[in-house]
Amino acid sequence: MIGYAARRLVAAIPTLLLVAASVFLLMRLIPGDPAQLMLGDAATPEEVEALRRSMGLGEALPLQFAHWAGAALTGDLGRSITNGLPVLPLILERFGVTALIVLVAVGLAVLIAVPLGMLAAWKQNRPADLAVVGFATLMLSIPSFWLGLILLLVFGVWLRWLPVVGFVPFSEDIGAALAYVVLPITTLVLIEIGALTRMARAATIDVLRLDYISHARAKGLSEFTVLRRHALPNAFAPTLTLIGLVLGNLLGGIAVIETVFTLPGLGRLLVEAIFQRDYPVVQGVMLFVAAIYVAVNLFVDLAYPVFDPRVTAE
Amino acid sequence: MTLRLNLVLGGLLLAAVAGTAATASVWTPFNPVAVNLRRRLAAPTDPYWLGTDEFGRDVLSRLMVGASTGLTVALVTVLVAMALGITIGLLAGFFRGWTDRALMALNDALLAFPGILFALGLLTVIGPSKWGIVLALGLAYAPAVARVVRGSVLSLREREFVEASRALGNSEAYTLWRHVAPNCVSPLTVLATSMFGWVILSESALSFLGLGVPPPAPTWGNMLAAARPYLETATWLSIAPGVMIALSLLGTNLLGDALRDILDPRT
Repeated sequence: MIGYAARRLVAAIPTLLLVAASVFLLMRLIPGDPAQLMLGDAATPEEVEALRRSMGLGEALPLQFAHWAGAALTGDLGRSITNGLPVLPLILERFGVTALIVLVAVGLAVLIAVPLGMLAAWKQNRPADLAVVGFATLMLSIPSFWLGLILLLVFGVWLRWLPVVGFVPFSEDIGAALAYVVLPITTLVLIEIGALTRMARAATIDVLRLDYISHARAKGLSEFTVLRRHALPNAFAPTLTLIGLVLGNLLGGIAVIETVFTLPGLGRLLVEAIFQRDYPVVQGVMLFVAAIYVAVNLFVDLAYPVFDPRVTAE
Repeated sequence: MTLRLNLVLGGLLLAAVAGTAATASVWTPFNPVAVNLRRRLAAPTDPYWLGTDEFGRDVLSRLMVGASTGLTVALVTVLVAMALGITIGLLAGFFRGWTDRALMALNDALLAFPGILFALGLLTVIGPSKWGIVLALGLAYAPAVARVVRGSVLSLREREFVEASRALGNSEAYTLWRHVAPNCVSPLTVLATSMFGWVILSESALSFLGLGVPPPAPTWGNMLAAARPYLETATWLSIAPGVMIALSLLGTNLLGDALRDILDPRT
């Protein structure tokens, strides 16, 4: 187990390095002088020259990367062009909103999707299964931002139960804050149920075919016990991998949801920075999200043996 | 039973969307970009069956052109991702050793980005445009193709029929092309179908964010973005484009499920 964890941890390091290198190179692909781009059009030639020197733009590219990556490791992601603030605190401030919505949504989606998928697998090819699969496929086919708009239309405009635009921090007023995040979370839960249910169903079908399930049934255990005690742990392992991917994709794709619900999250920060050509922020957010994605998948890998001990033996 | 239902329903839905797209290239009820401020935000009635938008443009005409743009972008993007991914995957699986390790390390680093995030980064560099989207999404999805192709090549190259081709004195390149590549077709068809759906979704999301096909050219995504401020006053603007995206995706997903059942009987 410890050897497995160590191998996984070590394997994540080159991935992170390559991710950092891709983000660095991507921003260097933008035509024009990086120092000029970083400072914007209002900068004087002296300022540009000073930044050029401090960024080490005269040096070889690998050396520049080493400087940049080294600074990033100490939490220095540069300063925003538009407001001069350091990038990392900016990211962390926005990340709170995004992380809350994504974590709650994925948690709820898993709690609903796994039992639903197992039920469908247990009733395979019967009406209950067809209904669940149909619902899941439909949810898989609805774009999240459109579902968000429709929910806003129904609960915000027609029923007037919830506010249509805005956000209140949880530190100010918990009740009001909840009212603003209910719809974004509901949207994400409904969307993510689609893929997760289908995965849980497919994994359970595979498991229910195995001999040990027939054995458990032959012992006279109730169907519920067979499903919960014997099928669930094994069927959950592949679903866990998907949860990792879903979490990462949500972090990348959250921008549309935050746009629909005008939430001040990380996705909005990235899109605004792209529009304002605020390259240090774009670079910082991309590195941050990619690093989280790698970390989440690493965490999934580390949690995997709990459900499927065979992987540690690889 | 499910298989036939998936195949028929998915095929019909996609055919309907493709038919709409094809019709749009020769005829639309009105000029999709003609501004008519006297008719702005008209509710759906004759002759504007789906109403007009904030510039008085006919929603139905824009929806039809949006279908053509969406499907074209999706089709070309999948082709770009396939061409790139197949090349990388074949090279890695064929040469193995250091070529394989270097290509796959790069590939895995790209896979370590959520696809849409990578596309966003690329769009920052190349700027929003139709072909910018194709390039960005094509590059973002190519690594997934490369993984599948490499995996198939590595498992196939040790099989008896490939050994037999070598034993007959055929060159490695010929063997690869004639005997290994055709066996990658099934998994790739399934992947291409899913990818077609992802691209439609990603393109509409990017256009919704204002980073996709720039206005006034209509896409389902930028139509929804423009509809957001009129959610309370002109509801029809927010409905139709979303229904079109959902129907295209549903068609793709159903067809994808059917293809998986036919080509990959294990599951």
